[in-house]
Amino acid sequence: MHELGITRNIVSIVEEAAKGRRVRRVTLDVGRLAGVMPDALAFCFDVVSKGTAIEGALLDIRQIAGRCRCLDCGVEFETPTLYQACACGSRRLERLAGEELKIREMELEEAA
Amino acid sequence: MVELETRLLAKNDKRAAHNRGWFEGREILAINLVSSPGAGKTTLLERTIRDLKDEVPIFVIEGDQATANDGERIRAAGAAAVQVNTGTGCHLEADMVAQGLEELKPPAGAMVLIENVGNLVCPALFDLGEHAKVIVLSVTEGEDKPLKYPHMFLAADLMIINKTDLLPYVDFGLDTAIANARAVNPAITAIALSARTGDGMDLWYGWLRSHAESIGQPSMLPAKSPVANSAGHSK
Repeated sequence: MHELGITRNIVSIVEEAAKGRRVRRVTLDVGRLAGVMPDALAFCFDVVSKGTAIEGALLDIRQIAGRCRCLDCGVEFETPTLYQACACGSRRLERLAGEELKIREMELEEAA
Repeated sequence: MVELETRLLAKNDKRAAHNRGWFEGREILAINLVSSPGAGKTTLLERTIRDLKDEVPIFVIEGDQATANDGERIRAAGAAAVQVNTGTGCHLEADMVAQGLEELKPPAGAMVLIENVGNLVCPALFDLGEHAKVIVLSVTEGEDKPLKYPHMFLAADLMIINKTDLLPYVDFGLDTAIANARAVNPAITAIALSARTGDGMDLWYGWLRSHAESIGQPSMLPAKSPVANSAGHSK
């Protein structure tokens, strides 16, 4: 359940950036190979954001598929795991996407 | 809409970078030991401390939960130890290590061994500022663990396969386990040893010595054996 620790990071980063304004939506990029479960993040987010400027905000998680490039034959392919070899048999891969763990943006409540 | 483009773990990463600078400035070799519960991290540490404490001052940050048993075993072996995770955390974070360092105050040139919480999932994501992660796998576990917990094997520089004295009694293929780890992380070094009997421990000490030298520590004692070349299992 490292999602709890991660969510504390998210809430604290967003709260700091919001500087006291209310937050309506938080958008995250979470790669499918990042080892983090979006459902667990969403569950923790509701709990951790209670009593902060982020309470009640919508958590929008964009999942990003794993992609890599083979360093031997140059082909790019989508991968569901961290250990899938290239069709050519090589395991020398450059990971292009899928390991993201990023807060992309936040939407603030309009000033009245 | 406000663009943030911030790493989720930015806070932990910043703290980890601070720890890393602290270690580097003092030429302290810091190793983060991870494994499942029961793989033998504490036994490995006990023997390492007994064998190396005359070479280099060793300090231990203990992350295991609830009891103080591990800390007591480490102190009995002859190293200063501090237990930083007394609650329910499933992994250590960089600020816990910073707190531990504040208490332990290791001097320049020391070695800091961090025993993470027994867990092959969560500790993989949290950089502590260590020089390297070492994963301990024991032969009583499945040889497919690297494929089940790829993040941890990907994050580690060295895999120690412990409890080799039990190999005759279990269905554990050493070569299969190493091949599985390399499928995830082709660059991982592997050392097979028994922390109970001491067999293979020289290879681990050789690995530690070479890493201590790589961060500029004057060599500990002259290595007794060539670095990590266990029967063709190293890279």
